[in-house]
Order: sequence, then C-alpha cells, then structure tokens
Amino acid sequence: MSFLDRERTVAKPGFSRWMVPPAALCIHLCIGQAYAFSVFNLPMSKLIGIKESAPGDWKLTELGWIFSIAIVFLGLSAALFGRWVEEGGPRKAMFTAGLCWTVGFLVSAAGVYTHQLWVVYLGYGVIGGIGLGIGYISPVSTLIRWFPDRPGMATGMAIMGFGGGAFIASPLSVWLMGQFSTPTHIGVAETFITLGVIYLCFTWVGAAIVRVPAPDWKPEGYVAPVAAQKLISNNDVYVYDALKTPQFWLIWWVLCLNVTAGIGVLGQASAMSQEMFPGRVTAASAAGFVGLISLFNMLGRFFWASTSDLIGRKNTYFCFFAIGTVLYILVPHTGNMGSVTLFVLCFLVILSMYGGGFATVPAYLKDMFGTRYVGAIHGMLLTAWAAAGVFGPVLVNYIREYQINNGVPKHDAYDTTMYIMAGLLVIGFICNACIKAVHERHHMKAEDGALASGARG
Amino acid sequence: MNNGTSPLQIALAWGFVGIPLLWGVYKTLSASLVLFQ
Repeated sequence: MSFLDRERTVAKPGFSRWMVPPAALCIHLCIGQAYAFSVFNLPMSKLIGIKESAPGDWKLTELGWIFSIAIVFLGLSAALFGRWVEEGGPRKAMFTAGLCWTVGFLVSAAGVYTHQLWVVYLGYGVIGGIGLGIGYISPVSTLIRWFPDRPGMATGMAIMGFGGGAFIASPLSVWLMGQFSTPTHIGVAETFITLGVIYLCFTWVGAAIVRVPAPDWKPEGYVAPVAAQKLISNNDVYVYDALKTPQFWLIWWVLCLNVTAGIGVLGQASAMSQEMFPGRVTAASAAGFVGLISLFNMLGRFFWASTSDLIGRKNTYFCFFAIGTVLYILVPHTGNMGSVTLFVLCFLVILSMYGGGFATVPAYLKDMFGTRYVGAIHGMLLTAWAAAGVFGPVLVNYIREYQINNGVPKHDAYDTTMYIMAGLLVIGFICNACIKAVHERHHMKAEDGALASGARG
Repeated sequence: MNNGTSPLQIALAWGFVGIPLLWGVYKTLSASLVLFQ
C-alpha cells in the first residue's frame, strides 16, 4: 500500500479536523496564483526588446491565451478526473495536482528560455491547467466529510485560499523578477522555476497533512438529522446519475450566470473605473481598486459560504441574484452622480458575491446529491466556470467596443453592459427558484454502494 | 502511544498558510490606500 493511497490517509482517533483546512489551503493558495498570472504579461511581451516590445516579441493578445487555456483545462480536467479524485483520495490528488502545477511552470520556463510560445501554452495552459482542475476539487469532499455540521464554512475556507493565492503570487512574482532581471535580461524563466519549486513544497506539505475521517467518525456532540430536510438530502446520487437530473443543470446555470456577471467586471475593473470617472481615478488608484475588489472576492468566499450554513444554500443564491441585480442597475447612476465611493462600494459587494458563488456551490451540491460523489459532481459543474470565463469578458469587452464605435462617450459605454449583467442575474434568480429536491429514483441503493466500493478496491 | 493532534501542530499548520496569506493581504491593502488619497 502506497503512502498516497486513500487507506493510508484515514485519520486515527484523536486527529483534529482543524488540521484539514490548512492542508486544503496549502493547495488552493498555490493554484490561486492563476489569478495573478497577468503580472507576467507585460514582461513576457518584452523578452527580446527588454525596455519595450521589439519585432519578434510576443503580443499581449497572444499572451492572454495562456490564462484562457489554463481555465479551459481547469474545467475539463475537473470534469474528467473528478471520479478518480473521489476514489483515489485527497492525498493522491493533491500530490498529482502539485506535480502538474510545478511541471507546468518548469515547461513554461523552458518555453520562455527558447522563446517558443506554444511551449508556454503547453506548460502553463495545458499541464498547469490540469493541475488547477485536480487541485481545485481535491480537498472539497474531504472537508465536507470532516465538517458535516458546517460544510459551507469548511469549503469556504479552502476556496477562499484560491482567491487569496493571487495576493501572495502577485507581489512575490514582481519581487522575484526584480531579483533575476539584469539590464539585458528579464528574469521571467527563473521566476517560473522558483515559483514551481515553492509550490511543489507547499502542495506536498498539504498532501502529507491531509486525512480523511474514519467511516463511522462524527464531530463531538454532532447528531445527524434523521429525517432529510426539504432541500438537504441524506441520500447519495451516483456521479453520472447526477448529470441526468434537472437540479444539476439548474445549479450549472446558477453558477455560470453568477460567475459571468462577476468575471467580466474583474478583468475590466481598472479600465472601467478610469473611463467612468475620467481625471478622478488615476492608473495608480485604479490598481488600488483592483486590489480591493480582489480582497472582497476572497473574503466573500468565506463570509457567504459560512452564511449559507445558517440561511441555506438556496436563500444565499437568492441574495446574490437579488442584491446583484439592484447593484448592477445602480452602477451607471453612480457614474452619472460622479460618486466614486458608491461605485467602489457597489463593486466590493458584487465581487464578494462572485467569490461567494464559487464557495457556496460545493455545499449546495452536497445538499442535493449527498457527500459520496460530491467532489466528482463538483468537478463536472466547473465546466460552468470555463463557459463563464468566455461569456463574461466577451460581453463586457465587445459591448463596450460596439458602444464606443457607435459614438457613445467612454464614460457611458458600460451602462448597457451593466443592465445586461442585471438581466443575467434575473435569469439566475429564476433558475435558482426552480431548484427542488432530487427525485428519489436517482438515489443510490445499498447494492449500488457495494458496487462502487468494489470498483474502488 | 498518543495519536492525538497537539495544539502546537494545529498552530504550526495554520501559521504555515496564514503568514504568507496575511503578508499578501497587507501588501494589497497598502497598495489600495492610493485609492483613498
């Protein structure tokens, strides 16, 4: 039996469940670097010219694809490897994710050295993207099993790490590039290698710490509800059967619409704030605004997921869609009123709910489909993120461009986009309202459970 | 042999992830102050 096997990770009596969230954070803080990848875009566009882009240097539009490929492979690998992650256990998954993530950085470093962009696409985009997908879902079901009394809070803590990873990666990457750069060389490749080694150490520490609870383990004093509540099932649904339920696809749209509304704004926040308040919001203060909304994106993951334990998952999403709709309608008026403070406040709340949507969804799936295959089902659901990663920026960028081309002043060019975002949230509200308990014909029977255990062994 | 987790182990595990995260949040908040100047 290998050190990585699920059986070797079963906790012995006396193991504290409070060791598991830091193990999960070890991986999520590392893969959260993806949100900070843009700090490399400008330096990578000047690898030949050094001070400014020279002929033969990579264009920013070409570099933008690195992040997009990584997010697409995140969604694909989470969907494809979800069942393997669930059955192989969190340690094997975290070990593999850390390895892929680091190899992705090393291959990208080779791509930067040889100035072959396709090697960077392969390294960070494909190999790193697979590490992102496996790493993202690896601790989720384990945390839900350790915290049956507070599943939202537990997964919120881990997924908060994904939002927080950028806070560490961004200043660290800038500092490392400064250390490795010379007047004739930009130290991107060396920074990739250093980050890869640091992330390998971190993820493998997490893999060593993580444990799964013994099958009969329960938190002290916790009594599982005997009768299922209206929207919290005591039954498990097999991973591929979940795809046949309307509930899975409704939650898919709920996540997709919530993410679409936030992700486009996240990418354009700096430009939007400067264009809506020309002369009042400078490039430096816009960078501060981006930092602040990223902070609320992170904090919202913990706050809203923990709140969902108290008010229920469905009500939490109702809050996201109702409050989000009002705030998106309000944003153009903040521009007309010239109130930067109100504009900033609107986006801080909107981005907290964007993060909250990610963090609350694993517990929503657990309520609907049980704990047994929640990690694998969550993996399938992350395709909604990949889709939103395309829809959101396209909506914001292209509608703005269309407006400007038709003579709309720059400071008014976002108004239509904001109203469309509000409309998307109304559709999300309706999808959420349609979610009912899963029909019992989809529930796993005792013999299904035995078969699944046999397949695992 | 005691297999239990000691408070020190829990503190070390949280410190391992918490210190880098707090450093990152501090750097971000410092940069964000420009917005209010």
